[in-house]
Amino acid sequence: MWKFLHKLASPPHFYRIAENMLPWFAFPGLLLVGYGVYAGLFLAPPDYQQGDAFRIIYVHVPAAYLSMMAYMIMAISAGIGLIWRMKLAHAVSAAAAPLGAWFTFLALATGSIWGRPMWGTWWEWGDPRLTSELVLLFLYLGYMALRNAIEDTTKADRASAVLALVGAVNVPIIHFSVEWWSSLHQGPTLVKKGGPAMDTAMLYPLLAMIFGFTLLFGALLLRRVRTEVLYRERRKRWVRDMILASTGGSK
Amino acid sequence: MSASDEQLPGIWLGTSALVKRDLALVIKRPGDMLNPLFFFAMVATLFPLAVGPAAEQLQFSGPGVLWVAALLATLLSLNSLFLGDFEDGSLEQLLVSPVPLSALALGKSIAHWLTSGLPLVLVSPLVALTYQMSLAVTGVLMLTLLLGTISLSLLGSIGAALTVGLHRGTALLSLLILPLAMPVLIFGARTVSLVAAGDGVAGGLYFLAAYAMLMISISPFATAAALRISNE
Repeated sequence: MWKFLHKLASPPHFYRIAENMLPWFAFPGLLLVGYGVYAGLFLAPPDYQQGDAFRIIYVHVPAAYLSMMAYMIMAISAGIGLIWRMKLAHAVSAAAAPLGAWFTFLALATGSIWGRPMWGTWWEWGDPRLTSELVLLFLYLGYMALRNAIEDTTKADRASAVLALVGAVNVPIIHFSVEWWSSLHQGPTLVKKGGPAMDTAMLYPLLAMIFGFTLLFGALLLRRVRTEVLYRERRKRWVRDMILASTGGSK
Repeated sequence: MSASDEQLPGIWLGTSALVKRDLALVIKRPGDMLNPLFFFAMVATLFPLAVGPAAEQLQFSGPGVLWVAALLATLLSLNSLFLGDFEDGSLEQLLVSPVPLSALALGKSIAHWLTSGLPLVLVSPLVALTYQMSLAVTGVLMLTLLLGTISLSLLGSIGAALTVGLHRGTALLSLLILPLAMPVLIFGARTVSLVAAGDGVAGGLYFLAAYAMLMISISPFATAAALRISNE
């Protein structure tokens, strides 16, 4: 186990293993999302209150969940990179940040589109989760801006890791302090006592979308980390050897 | 103070020397302390000019406006927290000193709060007066600012340490710190609004105090780590 992890942490091995792992995330992910989109749009019955407008949850819920998941991945790998000085962990947080920012944006955009027919407004400052999601987007933007401002990769890695950790401590506090305001947002339906308060015909497509999005996120993350590793190791020998081997050239 | 304390510069000695030095620097150059205060007063002046001088409106939006102005003024003063030390090389002396860097970082934050947060608290009643706030509301405003600016100084020192020596540091610092400062702003401004509406304030003050405690325990270490990274 430890040996495997140790091997995984070395860039050339990771680069190869990630290539093999990629399809295992991408294809089941595409399959689940395909089923979820079809079932969510055509098979699930319209909601008795919200009509067809509720169908946006099939994108909104997975995106919102992944926006937070990506921050956790970013912060945890930043911590690992800072403490054990593992280069690969830093590459993971660098790759996770833009993905997380896009999922946050997607959650905000779908939430806002859903808000138009439901609340009669595109944006509602009184809704705590919409507001804390916006703050999360700013946290991602700050993280990426700090990374961009520092030229040296090692320094950028470590400085942004400190920021990610400080941010991770603050995320729950921000969430609950924003929640202090009275809430317009839907109460939790999925995770609550006595099972989800949702018809199975609506529930299964949602679960499929959540798992599908997660797998696709994994695939995208793997791909981005591979690119990041390749870029960081561009002066290393194994990269040169690999490129020479693939073009059929000799040294 | 015993003889051994003088021979071996202790944590207390080093930190208090740093605080005294920063205070002496501000006394020599009062602009560093006064400019953010003027900025605070000016932002507070802009709002009545922009939204109209109706007393009810000012009373209603006053707590929020003054808190946003205080937050921006604190950010303004944070830019120069480590800049002078970085430019004249004394930051490197701090890094190699035998006193733990986290203690020195705490000293920097204390000096920063004494020269930015505390003056803001003392000036705020004057501005609150022009916003037609009652005495009780002004008192709560001062209390929230007192507790809130401690958190802002500590939180900001992490950001200042991360961006010290970067070209685009000014805008970047705001981008890093503002999202993190939101709980302080929410609880600071809402507590003042609550007391203006006749509600209890204990909860909000407890939260601000707890957040300040959290920052006191996290910020010195995070700032020290960030200073080491920035000066590698």
